[in-house]
Amino acid sequence: MGSMSWAKAEDGCALARLSGRLTIDDVATLAADLAATPPAAPGLVIDLAGVTAIDTAGAWAVNSTAMLWQAAGHSARITGAAPAIDRLVQSLQAPPPPMPVRPDPGNPVLARVARVGAALIHQARNIGAFLAFLGQTLQVLGGTLTGRRRLRWHAVVHQAEAVGVNALGIIALLLFLVGLVVAQQGAVQLRQFGAEVFTVNLIGRATTRELGILLTAIMVAGRSGSAFAAQIGSMKLNQEVDALKTIGLDPIEVLVVPRVIACSLMLLGLAFYGGLWALVGGGLFAWVDLKMPPSAYVTRLQEVIMMSDFVVGMIKAPVFGFIIALMGCFQGMQVTGNAESVGQRTTQAVVEAIFVVIVFDAFFAVFFSTLGYN
Amino acid sequence: MLSPTLPDGEDVALRIRGLVTGFGDQLLHKGLDLDVRRGEVLGLVGGSGSGKSVLLRAIIGLQPVRAGHVEIFGQNALDPDPVLRRALRRQWGVLFQDGALFSGLTVSENIQVPMREYLRLPESIMAALSTARLRQVGLPPDACPKYPSELSGGMRKRAGLARALALDPPLLFLDEPTAGLDPISAAAFDTLVRLLADTLGLTLFLITHDLDTLVSICDRVAVLGEGRVLACGTVDELRRFNHPWVQQYFGGPRGRAAIGKQA
Repeated sequence: MGSMSWAKAEDGCALARLSGRLTIDDVATLAADLAATPPAAPGLVIDLAGVTAIDTAGAWAVNSTAMLWQAAGHSARITGAAPAIDRLVQSLQAPPPPMPVRPDPGNPVLARVARVGAALIHQARNIGAFLAFLGQTLQVLGGTLTGRRRLRWHAVVHQAEAVGVNALGIIALLLFLVGLVVAQQGAVQLRQFGAEVFTVNLIGRATTRELGILLTAIMVAGRSGSAFAAQIGSMKLNQEVDALKTIGLDPIEVLVVPRVIACSLMLLGLAFYGGLWALVGGGLFAWVDLKMPPSAYVTRLQEVIMMSDFVVGMIKAPVFGFIIALMGCFQGMQVTGNAESVGQRTTQAVVEAIFVVIVFDAFFAVFFSTLGYN
Repeated sequence: MLSPTLPDGEDVALRIRGLVTGFGDQLLHKGLDLDVRRGEVLGLVGGSGSGKSVLLRAIIGLQPVRAGHVEIFGQNALDPDPVLRRALRRQWGVLFQDGALFSGLTVSENIQVPMREYLRLPESIMAALSTARLRQVGLPPDACPKYPSELSGGMRKRAGLARALALDPPLLFLDEPTAGLDPISAAAFDTLVRLLADTLGLTLFLITHDLDTLVSICDRVAVLGEGRVLACGTVDELRRFNHPWVQQYFGGPRGRAAIGKQA
């Protein structure tokens, strides 16, 4: 702990005697003590003879006080410092004026207007960038399908494993429970009309056409859409994407197209598989609660589920997969700067993928109804 | 002659005895011994994959240790007690290879993180200290409100050093401080580090491949190889040390050039 005392030097200058340890632990007190006497005397002498230890913070306090006196038109000097201490104080030179810690936010009203404008421009650019990305992807995908470009089977299989095979357990559990819950809730309502037997209609049609597909898509968006964004985003930060380009590989061909193909195909498979598990869940409930043996349940299912339900579901699934993969890869490619951006873009990938999937689902519902696939 | 350990009477800042680390069934350090005197600048060299960075991580507690003993200023650095560990962390500053600045904070805020964690200082003093600190490491004052992603690699390194120095710790670990800097910045960095070591009485432990740094600022150099410290001494002593790797390292064209420049 350092201490200081004021005295008068022979030439009438104020003399500040500092002693002990001048370190960052008590730099606040030291700075306050030194500033306590405003420049009134003709000059200031700071005596460091009694100082046993000093660090940069202490040296800064001494130095900035001296500079303050000089700026007020007085003389200021530092005496009695050991050579090492003197070098440290001298090395600081004139302390720079404290700079703002954060970028200047400016006028709050204008800043708000500017933020709204910036957000609009950002969104507009984002849409433009997304359309460009969609175009590039479709072009490369077209080239791949017509055989003009190479399809990277290895990457497709790897992604298919990550998106599809590794999700089998969680999708089965999720859809099984959903089937169970739909059957139970449906049975409670239908029982009031004595129409419990129609629970099978509810499970059969709802899961094959809507719930099975939609819930599987949401699960895949959360599991794989986010993974795509984070993987590609960190590759972008690590300059791996730049490295691909300089080697002459197209990042869309190497990173995006395999993911898009794998995700579309796997969502088709997962939706079918998930639908089956929902039917199993519903069937279990029908057996236990409605006393409907499995054989009867299956026969009823065959009667109520129309082929069109199944076809509509299977048309929607790969489209949803395409959307999820595209959103994930797009957001990954948009990552710039720092780790925070990866997090932001990953969140956006999931949120926007789920949103667009639901919008498309609504569109499909209207579309197929109009076509007469009820 | 070039023993990595010092005699018992010496004032030692960092003492490592019988350190064993490894990954899986592969051992990286096989009973490593090293002493760093208080107030000295020790350079650590070694081939790629010899475990320099892992040794640093083991000392500062980021890498689990299988056996051995690490002491910093006489205190057991491997003690799991959180209170002791916190007190110990106040004693050291670490500069990682690419600065490792927190990307969500500005440069000034980065420097203030340790101050906020360990001290209660008024905002005005923290702002003034962080500006002075940036000036000390040779960054322009207008770098204060910038985010790390807006800085160049060399500037990030300097900002990282400023953060490591924020509390003026008595012990400083630097991982390749001059790698990736242009020769002028690298020389300025060396001068700065030496000045800080002299004026603040810092003990410096630095990993480097920069022979100029080794020759111009290190009091002693430790050579890591074969899972232990092969030798530790001044550059001149190491040049006479009879080990093929050490001979190649200091006797190669770059080594001769660096040593020649100094002479």
